Amino acid sequence: MTTRPPQIDENPAGIELPLEPLPGHSSRGRLERVLRRGEFAVTAELNPPDSANAQDVYERAAIFDGWVDGINAVDASGANCHMSSLGICALLTRMGYATIMQIACRDRNRIAIQGDVLGAAAMGVANIMCLTGDGVQAGDQPGAKPVFDLDCMSLLETVRTMRDEEKFLSGRALTTPPAVFLGAAINPFAPPFDFRPLRLAKKIAAGAQFVQSQYCYDVPMLEEYMKRVRDLGLTEKCFVLVGVGPLASARTARWIRSNVPGVHIPDAVVARLEGAGNQKQEGKRLCIDIINEVKEIDGISGIHVMAYRQEEYVAEIVHESGVLKGRKPWRREPRADDALVAERLDHILHDNASETPVDMVKDVVSE
Amino acid sequence: MSGNEAQTTTRTVAQATLVRRARDKLAYKPADVSPQRRLQRRYTMRLWSVRHARFLEWVYARFADLFLALHPVWNAIGYVRAERPVKFIERQVKGLMFDCRMCGQCVLSATGMSCPMNCPKQLRNGPCGGVRANGHCEVEPDMPCVWVKAWEGAQTMRATDAILAVQKPVDQSLRETSAWLRVTALAAGERGDRPESGA
Ligand code: SF4
Repeated sequence: MTTRPPQIDENPAGIELPLEPLPGHSSRGRLERVLRRGEFAVTAELNPPDSANAQDVYERAAIFDGWVDGINAVDASGANCHMSSLGICALLTRMGYATIMQIACRDRNRIAIQGDVLGAAAMGVANIMCLTGDGVQAGDQPGAKPVFDLDCMSLLETVRTMRDEEKFLSGRALTTPPAVFLGAAINPFAPPFDFRPLRLAKKIAAGAQFVQSQYCYDVPMLEEYMKRVRDLGLTEKCFVLVGVGPLASARTARWIRSNVPGVHIPDAVVARLEGAGNQKQEGKRLCIDIINEVKEIDGISGIHVMAYRQEEYVAEIVHESGVLKGRKPWRREPRADDALVAERLDHILHDNASETPVDMVKDVVSE
Repeated sequence: MSGNEAQTTTRTVAQATLVRRARDKLAYKPADVSPQRRLQRRYTMRLWSVRHARFLEWVYARFADLFLALHPVWNAIGYVRAERPVKFIERQVKGLMFDCRMCGQCVLSATGMSCPMNCPKQLRNGPCGGVRANGHCEVEPDMPCVWVKAWEGAQTMRATDAILAVQKPVDQSLRETSAWLRVTALAAGERGDRPESGA
């Protein structure tokens, strides 16, 4: 049925199916394979649509085609309401994309979360990222009840217990455990700075296998953090992906700095944007410069590009920074039967052909 | 005509603007603390306790021994019957010193004597990523982040590493019960003598 040769990290029986399990791997997904092979990984964040249209999700994912190894489906980030991460993952896994499902502790309690983990793993979600979540005061619905039944640490431990010990938090047994690669978030740019590396150690102890960081605009600060992380021997136990993203303008930078909790943007960065003729272009340039510095730091396994509302730049940023070193991540390609379907659809939509049986009979009779 | 006017005004004020204006009024307030009291509050005692974490650690160790030594007394009264008065005292004392929320499973010795239930997200395993550059809380800008303080407190304590242990999720069914009595009953149980009536 498939006329093209199967790509690397793809199940030949169907792109939406999980990959062959490999020894030492905890998931059957693509991202874990890329990281464990020692390749520099690239992940990106999908801007979740405010709509119930599946096509919106597919369009937003198609922008990343062939440039990223995993797509983050955010769980109401910034406490703003959008399509749920589970819903986005359901749509994307069908199409064979490698998704990283984020779970925030803000909105659901342990009963709902454990159920979602099972459902997600059954759908083929291979990576789950455990977050605490922003406070409800930050979002568009500050009147909501903050749940925070678990915190990111106990969430990690819960999912790890489900996977490795095959039981719920309550101790009740699972018949098939969720095979997921576990992620967490780090923020090296917020106080208390001495505690941050130890907190990563704690997350690893709780089950984190990869971490994605908050936006990095201060490379020396990251270097400092990574030095301590290396000294603690944590880079052998966990893959660190650094969050990067283009700033649209100096004004956005200032706004983010004062309104988005936990993002640290040094004055030098704002000044550089301000001095530029084309601020948007300069923001992209700055992002690429940061990636080039970051990829040289020991112990960094990849980058996580968060280009909010500038998703179309992700490909350019990844390409121009050359982090993939010529490697081509998996991309969705049409198969022979897809072409057939497309042709048929085209005929139905554009040729004004009547498709009801009665008309078909009439056509035949009149001929 | 007037309907038309109303329409134009509603059109100019976006929903986002309304939400932003109401944000201060709507934002999450921890239970039992009214906005007025929050403004008066300077967190004085709580911060004092963190500064004297090492001293309080010492006091608590003596105190726990004393409580354990009183195990026969508790057993005679019955742990269930002792619960009410002990809980009352515990709430007053810890409420004054730590702004205790009576979660019933005290981890103060592992959090530098800074009560984690005062964190608006009730994190028990360390600070979230949103701590402000001045060390204040993301959710409540006027409050020093509970976990920044916890880290400072833990540095002064003897058991510096206790803060690195991964804490289990809160068992909500233990809320509003006495942590002192439970710890004592557990310790007594480990020593071999069983409490008469479960605590
Ligand atoms: S800033 Fe500190 S006190 Fe505030 S929510 Fe985060 S961890 Fe809790």
